[in-house]
Amino acid sequence: MLRQITENRAMLVGCILIVFFMVTAIFSAWLSPFDPFAQNIRLRLKPPGGPFWLGTDGYGRDILSRIIWGARISLTVGVVAVSIGATLGVLVGLVSGFFGGAIDNFLMRIVDILLVLPTVLLALVIVAMLGPGVFNLMVAVGISNAPRFARVIRAEVLAVKKMVFVDAASALGASYSRLMSRHILPNTLASILVLSTLRVAQAITTEASLSFLGLGVAPPTPTWGSMISDGRVYLRTSPWVAIVPGVMIMLIVMAFNLFGDGLRDLLDPKLRGSKAKK
Amino acid sequence: MDELEDISRRVLVIIPTILGAVTLAFLIIHAAPGDPIRTLTGDYDAPPEVVERLRQQFGLDKPLYVQYITYIGSVLSGDFGTSLRTGREVLAEIVRVFPHTLFLALGAVVIAILIGVPLGMISAVRNNTTIDHLSRILALLGISMPSFWLALLLLLFLSVYADWFPLVGAGELDSPASVLHHLFLPALALAARDAAAISRLTRSGVLEILRQDYIVTARAKGLAEKVVIYKHALRNALIPIVTVISLDLGYTLGGTVVIEAVFSRPGLGSLIIQSIYARDYPQLQGAIMFFAFCFLLVNLTTDLVYKVIDPRIDYKRAL
Repeated sequence: MLRQITENRAMLVGCILIVFFMVTAIFSAWLSPFDPFAQNIRLRLKPPGGPFWLGTDGYGRDILSRIIWGARISLTVGVVAVSIGATLGVLVGLVSGFFGGAIDNFLMRIVDILLVLPTVLLALVIVAMLGPGVFNLMVAVGISNAPRFARVIRAEVLAVKKMVFVDAASALGASYSRLMSRHILPNTLASILVLSTLRVAQAITTEASLSFLGLGVAPPTPTWGSMISDGRVYLRTSPWVAIVPGVMIMLIVMAFNLFGDGLRDLLDPKLRGSKAKK
Repeated sequence: MDELEDISRRVLVIIPTILGAVTLAFLIIHAAPGDPIRTLTGDYDAPPEVVERLRQQFGLDKPLYVQYITYIGSVLSGDFGTSLRTGREVLAEIVRVFPHTLFLALGAVVIAILIGVPLGMISAVRNNTTIDHLSRILALLGISMPSFWLALLLLLFLSVYADWFPLVGAGELDSPASVLHHLFLPALALAARDAAAISRLTRSGVLEILRQDYIVTARAKGLAEKVVIYKHALRNALIPIVTVISLDLGYTLGGTVVIEAVFSRPGLGSLIIQSIYARDYPQLQGAIMFFAFCFLLVNLTTDLVYKVIDPRIDYKRAL
């Protein structure tokens, strides 16, 4: 597996970038050269260079330090939100596909209803109603991701449950819950993994969009989306304030996309070539 | 006759889904903490009797299920209520701003197709050349870039530095030139991601089809390469492209929320955000419902377009 990752150059780049951002997020307290919250009006809007590698923002805060701390929020929200979405979605998809009939019909209609609203909009409405904050943001982005997991996993379960080994286990007297957890779920793990990786990219963008709209994490906590939003005001005079965090979002989203695409090729050769599918 | 039946059945499925979406929106909105009347009165410390009267006026004093039944009843009779914020009719407000959102979404889709399809075609025909690599890198960037950030970059370079496009607003609706002038940058920002997805899909679709036997036959019988690619390959690669466009149109509609905020454009997205800030329940519910309706309409249209592109599709089996 490791060799296959290193052979797929795009996937390797994605993997390295993800590890890089994760290390940055974990060790942000040690890595950031300045206090990301320390304001200094005399140092405001300094262009990149000198002690401030990426410049300073409108409050004189070091952008590099804020970027490093922002990685924490972006990655945490992305990963936790997708975990919430995957758990809910997999549960619904598993039950729906396994039992079929009225249960399936009922659950899938709910999924249909949730899918009618675009992810950003659904997350926007949920977070607006829950109120701002990291936890609420994760819940909102998580719930809005769940229906997609439910759809994909249900389709997988429908295919897996027809296989002979499931019949065999059932004939041996395995209970429904054992059949689902021991025999069917492990066979859908590849799809869950691939979808999760690709959805993390999406979740990070959604988080950034919500923070940009002022509905994300409350200031002064640095998030890349809110940093872009802050930078809007100085776009004409100090464009770096908005440009730098955007580059970071692009890099991390690209990393998860590359890694996810590679993972899909690796785990499911059937899907090779259908990279644009979402 | 069968076809008519199929279509009407698909139209009928929309109704319960919309009702479901309305219920969901109602529950999320009403379960939330915060008091719309307090938001309405603002910092002014309104006397309790005034607050109570307002609450009665908007029906917010009744139990939740009564509010729900009343709301569904009035929605079914075509009354979406009045905005708590502006006092205007909810539907009138939606109809007023909707053209802007529609233009934005359609503009984005048109730009995405105009960029994505040729880019994917060139990429496929010139497989593994520098052009192919460049267009694939471009597609990767397009997929990874947040639209609101691209919007800011476009604003910076094309409006602030070059002064080619207006900074904000949506233009005068009665002047097509002004509308288009204001539309280009936001639509381009919104289109980038779709263009990237479409180009990837066109590339892989055309590549796969170029390997098929009938393409070899077409070439063998001496057809010009242009005819082979445009008439034989592209048409068959179109079906997955239509799917992506339709799936993405929903995303594009969602994306308008953020893009409208960047460009301070009026529209459904701006209306939703204003309603959220003001806790304007009726307006928010109305706008969400309208969004859901548009989305379902797009899905239905896609299904019908499929049939034109590929007559082999049979709805009965699909349902």
